[in-house]
Amino acid sequence: MLIMRHELLLIAITVILLIVEIFLPNTQKRKIILPAILLMAAVTILGFFPGTPGILFGGMFQSTALTMMLKNILNIGVLIIFIQSVDWLKQEQNKEKISEFFLLMLSTLIGMNYMISSGDFLMFYIGLELATIPVAALAAYERMKEKSAEAGVKLIFISALSSGILLYGLSMIYGTTGTMYFTDVAPLITGAPLQVLAFIFFFAGMAFKISLVPFHLWTADVYEGAPVNIASYLSVISKGAAVFIFTIILYTVFYKIAVMWSEVLYGITILTITVGNLFAMRQQNLKRFLAFSSIAQAGFILLGVIGQSQLGMTTVIYFALVYIFSNLAAFGVVGIISNRTGKENINDYDGLYRTNPNLSLVMMLALFSLAGIPPLAGFFGKFFLFTAAAKQGYYWLVLIALVNTIISLYYYLLVIKAMLLNNSDQPIAKFTSDGYTRTGLLMCVAGIVIIGFASSIYEMVFNLSFGLY
Amino acid sequence: MSILTLFIIIPVLTILGILSSKTHMQVKWISVVGMGLQLLAAIGLILLYLAERRAGNMAEVLFVQDNVWYETLNIHFYVGVDGVSVAMIGLTALVVFAGIFASWDIVDLPREFFTSLILLASGVFGFFISLDLFTMFLFYELAVIPMYLLIGIWGSGPRHYSAMKLTLMLMGGSAFILLGIIGIYFNSAPGGGPLTFDLIKISKETIPIDVQRFLFPFLFVGFGVLGAMFPFHTWSPDGHASAPTAVSMLHAGVLMKLGGYGCYRVAVFLLPEAAHQLGWIFLILATIGVIYGAFGAVWQKDLKYINAYSSVSHCALVLFAILMFNQTAMNGAIMQMISHGIMTALFFALIGMIYGRTHTRYINEMGGLMKVMPFLAVAYVIAGLASLGLPGFSGFVAEMTIFVGAFQNVDTFHRVATIIAASSIVVTAVYVLRVVGILLLGKIKNEHFEEITDAKWYDKISVVALIFGITLIGIAPLWLSDMINGGLGPIVQRLLAAAPVLN
Repeated sequence: MLIMRHELLLIAITVILLIVEIFLPNTQKRKIILPAILLMAAVTILGFFPGTPGILFGGMFQSTALTMMLKNILNIGVLIIFIQSVDWLKQEQNKEKISEFFLLMLSTLIGMNYMISSGDFLMFYIGLELATIPVAALAAYERMKEKSAEAGVKLIFISALSSGILLYGLSMIYGTTGTMYFTDVAPLITGAPLQVLAFIFFFAGMAFKISLVPFHLWTADVYEGAPVNIASYLSVISKGAAVFIFTIILYTVFYKIAVMWSEVLYGITILTITVGNLFAMRQQNLKRFLAFSSIAQAGFILLGVIGQSQLGMTTVIYFALVYIFSNLAAFGVVGIISNRTGKENINDYDGLYRTNPNLSLVMMLALFSLAGIPPLAGFFGKFFLFTAAAKQGYYWLVLIALVNTIISLYYYLLVIKAMLLNNSDQPIAKFTSDGYTRTGLLMCVAGIVIIGFASSIYEMVFNLSFGLY
Repeated sequence: MSILTLFIIIPVLTILGILSSKTHMQVKWISVVGMGLQLLAAIGLILLYLAERRAGNMAEVLFVQDNVWYETLNIHFYVGVDGVSVAMIGLTALVVFAGIFASWDIVDLPREFFTSLILLASGVFGFFISLDLFTMFLFYELAVIPMYLLIGIWGSGPRHYSAMKLTLMLMGGSAFILLGIIGIYFNSAPGGGPLTFDLIKISKETIPIDVQRFLFPFLFVGFGVLGAMFPFHTWSPDGHASAPTAVSMLHAGVLMKLGGYGCYRVAVFLLPEAAHQLGWIFLILATIGVIYGAFGAVWQKDLKYINAYSSVSHCALVLFAILMFNQTAMNGAIMQMISHGIMTALFFALIGMIYGRTHTRYINEMGGLMKVMPFLAVAYVIAGLASLGLPGFSGFVAEMTIFVGAFQNVDTFHRVATIIAASSIVVTAVYVLRVVGILLLGKIKNEHFEEITDAKWYDKISVVALIFGITLIGIAPLWLSDMINGGLGPIVQRLLAAAPVLN
């Protein structure tokens, strides 16, 4: 039982919230917010107690120290999103749908947990679907807004398409190996043409989820249409979980054809970083801006994946952790400003520092961290990614990525320029954010500042990543 | 805990103090106290260093502190100083201290201004004391990024453009440096053993020559961008012209020295074979830079542009001297960094003060300032004379050493380069004397200038501190050059070992 602790805890609180929801009258739905957050916090804390590694269902579900840590990372991210969403959930038009938000979020999280822990492709696929479908409902959460509904529909179509492609790839793997278990499939991967085709389908399916170029086209539209907090969930948690399992499968199942997939990754990395950056430069809407920036960041994560070593796995997880805190801080600021003023464009932020200095500072820290400026956590994350790629001798790849960090710095500076340098006749008026938002942002800032200096976090991740590749 | 840790702790505490202060005056005085302590610590460090050396401590680096940071990657917080870094720390402390007083009349967002300024300073201090490539790079970027806010918010003219250009070019340079550092890391133990970022340990190894040839251009160009190496200097005139006074001072005085110091400490020291093979390319660029900067300064009409181009010329001379690969020239390079650092800081401080009074920086609109502000005018003449290398000031000592050292290379290529570079002295005299003539002497062209007041007490502190530095080095250079020579020893030996047929 304890092997599946994370999932069971999440299922338990989902059921509790469901029951509570039934007894709440329609006008009192707001009362579920605090218990939901407290329960999630309790689950997050409980997750950190050392658990027992092991396998269930004859190997379909496996729990190791590594997967437990990955789940903890996701839990922290979801907790922060819960806290950041309160201000938005309390708005008038959402008052009847508050509990649905928490329930759908929790069920996707459960799906991701199963996906990360999967020991065979079937379990992986079930987890993936459970993680994807509720998100589409969430994207269409503000269904009376045209863009939100559009985002939901786009997301569900794209998910269906990518799942179909993925499933086709999985069926070919089953066809050539006769098994779905990771441990059994791995030695049978020989690089036969059908297997290569299977890998390509699998890769394309995952690339949709992680939004790698050229499978990224849905990202900006969905992020723009969906509510800010859902967009941040998509860009951080959803993407993070997909990257984790993607790396794990590449390392444990497809390691025999690493020569092939590292070449594919090489090209995709360059494409993803460059295209993401070039499009981000031209965005005015901050949600689209962050969408393209997160595409570029996904490309950077691939630098760690291509590292193909314990170091590579470590840097992927470490960077994902850093990225969660940085991106959530940025989305948190965008979210609160969008809630209070409805403004989402970069030039609306002109002169923000003069009216809301604290929010601007948080945003500045978040963007500097994303750009990889020391001494913030993003610097360490990026540095280690480059190290992992250079270890395999990919110096030119590292150089291209480095040049791209300069491009990314340019557009992050554009936002900082608007907030700090520009003056405006009509700046966003001064407002005080509520305690929830402040707590959420403070948690992010603490993460951004501390993670880099606390080398023990890195060492812990490193030790847990042992033996994967 | 070593005394060097103070150079990180004091700025951090100062910043915390500034952030918790309420009024303008508190902010300023906390900055003064913090940076005053820093200056005292720097003087203390110089005295301690000299005492240690006199007591016969011949270790390569002194006051070492070594803490493991990231164990698996072998990243350490490893600090220590030799003669060269001690000298650079002294320079930084002096310029930062003067810079605080030069920005006394900042009105807009003073807390943010002084926080960024001191953050920049702490990056510079951290860079000079680091012996671990990782922490060194961390502090390097930390020193660059506050420039964006400092120029963008408090600057003048096309400040947004200049700030963006400067930041992107310098960060582009740092991207090259990062590649170089990672490359060095993975080749830091050619004989087996753990990989390391430790500068001293790497300097005992010989990195394979083809790797060196690949990495050297990246590192030299990367640091060269910050050292205003031609043709990567274009950020410098725009940046300096748009920056507020204290930032120009710090930037030209100290930050650009990070480039020269990095070229010398990382690129040349760790990759000596490649430096010998490829040095000539950069020597040509440096020589062009020396001449180009000097002629550029002649053409300009804006005081800050004149000085910015003059900085390009003088900083190119630093790279020029480093690439001569002998003890005398390298000693001159370090001397030049310190001399130019103080001198150009003085220039920019004076220009800021003059601009604050006349509200113009165009030399044609000014004249006869000697009559209305004698103190500042005299100080300007002193700075000018130091800049063109008059004996008795620091500039003479530095340039003399450089050219004597450079002339020790007997082959035609080096000789020609030396002669071309030396001719820049004449051009320097032209633009310095021209400005002094138009600006200070002659008739007062604008009647508003009659009511101008001379320097305030805080201006005087700033100016006097810097002039003291220039004359101290000019009159008594030997203690400094001895100190520098002690630090240069290992590097020159390594260069000699790398090229046994060094003429």
